[in-house]
Amino acid sequence: MSLKIENLHANIGDREILKGLNLEIPKGEVHAIMGKNGSGKSTLAKVMAGHPDYEVSIGQVLLDGLNLFEMEEPDQRARTGLFVAFQYPMEVPGVTIANFIRAALQARLPEGEELDAVEYYHHLYEKMDMLKIDRKFTSRAVNEGFSGGEKKRCEILQMAMLNPVYAVLDETDSGLDIDALRIVSEGVNAMRGPERGLLVITHYQRLLDYIVPDVVHVMVDGRIVMSGDKTLAHKLEAEGYDWVEKEILQQA
Amino acid sequence: MSNTLMENPIAAQSAWPAWFTAEQAIALAEYEKSPTPTRKNEPWRFANLKPLDLSAFVEAKPVASEGRLINASAGLAETSAKLVLGNNTLLHRESSLPAGVIFETLETAATKHTDLFKKYFMAQPVELGSHKYAALHKARLAGGAFLFVPANTSVELPIEIFQWVEGANASVFPHTLIVCDENSSVTVVDYFKSADKLPAFACGVNDLHLAAGAKLTYVSVQDWSHETTAFHLNSTSVHRNATCTALIANFGGGFVRGESLSRLVGEGSRSEMFSINPVEGTREIDQRTLQDHVAPNATSDLLYLNALDDKSRTIFAGLIKVEPGARGTDAYQKVKNLILSDDADPNSMPGLEILNDEVRCSHGATNGPVSNEELFYMQARGIKRDAGRRLIVNGFFNSLLERIENKPLRAHLEQLLAKRLAIA
Ligand SMILES: Nc1ncnc2c1ncn2[C@@H]1O[C@H](COP(=O)(O)OP(=O)(O)OP(=O)(O)O)[C@@H](O)[C@H]1O
Ligand SMILES: [Mg+2]
Repeated sequence: MSLKIENLHANIGDREILKGLNLEIPKGEVHAIMGKNGSGKSTLAKVMAGHPDYEVSIGQVLLDGLNLFEMEEPDQRARTGLFVAFQYPMEVPGVTIANFIRAALQARLPEGEELDAVEYYHHLYEKMDMLKIDRKFTSRAVNEGFSGGEKKRCEILQMAMLNPVYAVLDETDSGLDIDALRIVSEGVNAMRGPERGLLVITHYQRLLDYIVPDVVHVMVDGRIVMSGDKTLAHKLEAEGYDWVEKEILQQA
Repeated sequence: MSNTLMENPIAAQSAWPAWFTAEQAIALAEYEKSPTPTRKNEPWRFANLKPLDLSAFVEAKPVASEGRLINASAGLAETSAKLVLGNNTLLHRESSLPAGVIFETLETAATKHTDLFKKYFMAQPVELGSHKYAALHKARLAGGAFLFVPANTSVELPIEIFQWVEGANASVFPHTLIVCDENSSVTVVDYFKSADKLPAFACGVNDLHLAAGAKLTYVSVQDWSHETTAFHLNSTSVHRNATCTALIANFGGGFVRGESLSRLVGEGSRSEMFSINPVEGTREIDQRTLQDHVAPNATSDLLYLNALDDKSRTIFAGLIKVEPGARGTDAYQKVKNLILSDDADPNSMPGLEILNDEVRCSHGATNGPVSNEELFYMQARGIKRDAGRRLIVNGFFNSLLERIENKPLRAHLEQLLAKRLAIA
């Protein structure tokens, strides 16, 4: 059981951004991707989620063997068990967090079945308390006027409520203050387990001190070019990406 | 056999005083001699004139399902008074209003509070095109609601009025007249509802008068059947430092012509004019507005939201008029169209006429589709496309409902809206 990305090529317009990307996250593991600005990390996350701006030319993504690209609509992929915490979460004016998450949960129920409102709020408040999000946020419009850090916390709240099988967290740490980083990491760690796989995209080793990865991958120009254990993140933090690129050139 | 719209067999036995029925005869003559509008008349530009053929409509009979309508006249959990009218006739009244507040049927007010009635009844000019239909309204008026809040009186809980129509091609002439004396405050919700899905004709007037320092929140929940042709002629006059917030929610009606005049006649007065219009199918909402700044340092703020699906159509024509003496005016006018279908037809004609230089005015109209980014975000959480679209429409309107200060009222309106948009 895994989230398996095979030879993925994706374009925006006529520009190829993902250029044959391979990656497998077995269920139960936490993997991290690090890579320079513009290397295609967010593109990978959005392509998996089904963002309409990107076109997949070759390759597939298998979620426990199910081909995500055979599911036309993004909502089908989400209900199959994929969750992406976006680097820049969108604002949805006028739709409250409570109604938004409720609609997402309702969509997972069989036709004709209604979500129990009392149970729902109980569950929602429990997760909000864990992430130290003020309960007043339930009646605020999704991400509208949120600070950068509040948006990131709200993404993790959604993940906690929706209970995905695989989650991709795109720079969830950026914008978080030191306390928030710890709180959010605890929230993410609470979701680690044999039934779930996580892919954490980050620029900073610091996050990986909290959410310790099983494997670290380096992405350069639309491909995974190197993988290692958590010490790879330390080396990148200390030395940057130049040596990675040199090493690839030597191999070529 | 049914009587046609123009016959009035019950006039003789009506509860109205003789002087008023005499005025009604004059109004009927006025209606008959007024020409039917054409598109050459500026206030009828772009208008669909087909609905102006009223020949199919007939006199409304007394309601058959009185008990059911009274039971269905349920709105807010807590109210201070309620009036239910069906086919122009009083069905039910309850009240626990403070002393001095008058909340009666219109005909009772004409008899018992003649001076007040004469001073305020249809006292504002009809300037937005429907002179003819205002005359028809007056000629055929049979029932309505009258509210007078005396000076320095606050009515804490909202007052609700339900005006029903029942029966095929029935005609109703709803009327709500609200007079708020100095420094009084009150909230009124006016529901317009159909007992069935049949075609009907409604020709209504509501007039709001706010004396100095008064505060009024008025919400019209128009929920006629989708086969109904409706005229709603609204006017507001706001005196010194008074604040009126008026929200018109057009949930129903097949063809709706709304005219809203707000006159800022007192210094420092404020008028908020809001409207939310979810339209689909071949429904049509034609709204004309005038923000008339007579006094200095007054504020008017108009925000109309339309969400158009299928082959629906909206017209918004608004004018901000700043009279020569109205220095220090703050006037805003904005219409936003959320376009859900390529076949939808939004028409926006915002306008300004400024006769004083010391003013701040802005106006504008925007058209936009549902944002693909928002929709993608919803779908990325598992929400189906169609449900996501409805949530976005709901959100579009909810951002206006946030402007309603009374929390239970806002929550109630949010609920009605969610139900209207079929959101769980
Ligand atoms: N909608 C778009 N239109 C044009 N170019 C795009 C678009 N989206 C992404 N790109 C380009 O694709 C490349 C990869 O972008 P992506 O956002 O995936 O990078 P990233 O690795 O997430 O970078 P960062 O670390 O800065 O978040 C960039 O060069 C970017 O400019
Ligand atoms: Mg990125």
